[in-house]
Amino acid sequence: MTPRPPLPMGEGKGEGPLDRAAAAKPTTLLEMGPRPNPLPPGEAIDEPVGHSASRWRRARRNRRLVAGAVLIAIAVLVALFAPVLAPFPPLAQAPELNNRPPGFVDPAGAAHLLGTDPLGRDILSRVMYGARVSLLIGATAVLLAGTVGVTLGLLAGYVGGFVETAVMRLVDTLLAIPFVLLAIVSVALFGQNLVGLILILGLTGWLGYARVVRGVVLSLKEMPYVEAARALGTPPPRIVLRHVLPGVWTPVIVLATQQVGTMMIAESSLTFLGIGIPPTVPSWGAMIADGRAYVALAPWVAIFPGLALTITVLAVYFFGDGLRDLLDPRLRI
Amino acid sequence: MAAYIGRRLLQSVVVLWGVSVIVFLLLRLAPSDPITLLLAETASPQQIAEARHELGFDQPVYVQYLIFMGRALRGDLGRSLFYKEPALDVILRALPRTLVLGAIAFAISLAVALPVGIISAIKRDSIWDYLGVGLTLVGQATPPYWLGIVLIFVFSVNLHLLPTSGSFGPEYVVLPALTLAAVLMPIVTRLVRSGMLDVLHEDYVRTARAKGLRERVVVTKHALRNMLIPLVTVLGLQLTSLLGGAVIVEQVFAWPGVGQIAVQAISSRDYPVVQADVLVVSFAFVFMNLLVDVLYAWLDPRIRVS
Repeated sequence: MTPRPPLPMGEGKGEGPLDRAAAAKPTTLLEMGPRPNPLPPGEAIDEPVGHSASRWRRARRNRRLVAGAVLIAIAVLVALFAPVLAPFPPLAQAPELNNRPPGFVDPAGAAHLLGTDPLGRDILSRVMYGARVSLLIGATAVLLAGTVGVTLGLLAGYVGGFVETAVMRLVDTLLAIPFVLLAIVSVALFGQNLVGLILILGLTGWLGYARVVRGVVLSLKEMPYVEAARALGTPPPRIVLRHVLPGVWTPVIVLATQQVGTMMIAESSLTFLGIGIPPTVPSWGAMIADGRAYVALAPWVAIFPGLALTITVLAVYFFGDGLRDLLDPRLRI
Repeated sequence: MAAYIGRRLLQSVVVLWGVSVIVFLLLRLAPSDPITLLLAETASPQQIAEARHELGFDQPVYVQYLIFMGRALRGDLGRSLFYKEPALDVILRALPRTLVLGAIAFAISLAVALPVGIISAIKRDSIWDYLGVGLTLVGQATPPYWLGIVLIFVFSVNLHLLPTSGSFGPEYVVLPALTLAAVLMPIVTRLVRSGMLDVLHEDYVRTARAKGLRERVVVTKHALRNMLIPLVTVLGLQLTSLLGGAVIVEQVFAWPGVGQIAVQAISSRDYPVVQADVLVVSFAFVFMNLLVDVLYAWLDPRIRVS
């Protein structure tokens, strides 16, 4: 049994015998945990359920993973094939047909399933195109934040000393500024476009990774196998990449999955405030902003993009929760 | 105790100093010339040159930072271009509004999160637990500004129960407070649930059960009380989500707090106000956390020693 690494963010401590299995090595956990999960992800629903309550519980929890994965896959497909799937061009305006309710059929005989917006644009088509922005920013911003955070966390944890102090002080400082406020100020100053937004969300969202990774590295550093590598004269970069980094993945992946949802909400919030991506690009945040003034007249304008966003983020959270259960029950809360 | 408070105070000062550096650098590193940001667009070249000299922008960056800090320490964060008065005054006038909104939202989210989290934990893996966890996930997935619009649609437009926006009486706070509470509630529920699950595995809870105490007494007297102490600190750290959420929620409901001021100031390029806003909000957050930690140390003597 390996000693357990410090808990990330003080959440979900000891939950019975499982928590003694180290979080550091997911494969080890699956092999030696007292309740091995026989079901690979994606096959949970149809598998027969074991007699023990715990196995039933794990299978049921995996349904979240499956449901999340299916919904995310749908969202990704819609985003990829929006030009094929969307019944109308997302920017095509028809001022004489504005704010029509869902199910409205225009004079040309074409149905607008989700109605039209204040400029007469088809809401369904725009919701489909909006998925592109949300998913793209969610994925890339998290990738950037994760890369920055893991790198700094590894450095802080393994090198220690001044580097560690500097990184952790920076984290403390940035934590004192509300994320949304920092993002708003940075976006307003540095760039209200897609790339600028991704960079800023990524560069302000790495704090959690750095904290968690540093914590895990501090405990892994003292492990016999790392010590052995050091004694054999392995150069430090190689130790970090080959022996320390693999132990860090589980909490990082769990954190990253959940952050995709947070980033999608952050992006749409900034866009809603008029300081995110430009209004010419169809995005859920901008669509909700369009519909805000018409909430009495045409509530569907704001409601449908918001539903799309909520469902997508929920799918990501479901997926993240399921993944966490699968990879590391110790982190479950 | 004094040593502990001193140490935490020092940490807080370091963090605030860091925030001041970041805010300063953000405004200095922006691609546009900070002078044109600080002056009205109609300023003549001579005015620009004068302001450049007056603000010390013809000096090296570290000298500029020292000038900025010197003024900030004397409470001078520059003048608002829009309001034509000290930026700090603008922010301090709006701050109580945000604090009231935040406090009510905090109370609402605690009132929901405590019972839901506790029931989820003690009835773990029951239908109630699934409902509770499901509720927190849905709450976390719902964008707050959209929830605000939906609440306006339901309670203002359809039911005519509450005003849509502004701040002209106590009824105006209801919808923004509910929306903001929905930001914090899922986080607190999760914390309460995991905190309860933790303490329910403790030896003293097992002892309490073993000596035949009723489950209600075990939960309220033995588990809950021990869970509340660490919860206080974690809640302190969550105040930043509350303040961040307020920025968005205030915008939806035209609630005249620091969040709305920040967004307005950014749209009107009133950068002294933006700068003052970030500094004051961070100061408030750091101060509240300091307070929480001192309170915590007072409640739990183990903290002071370690």
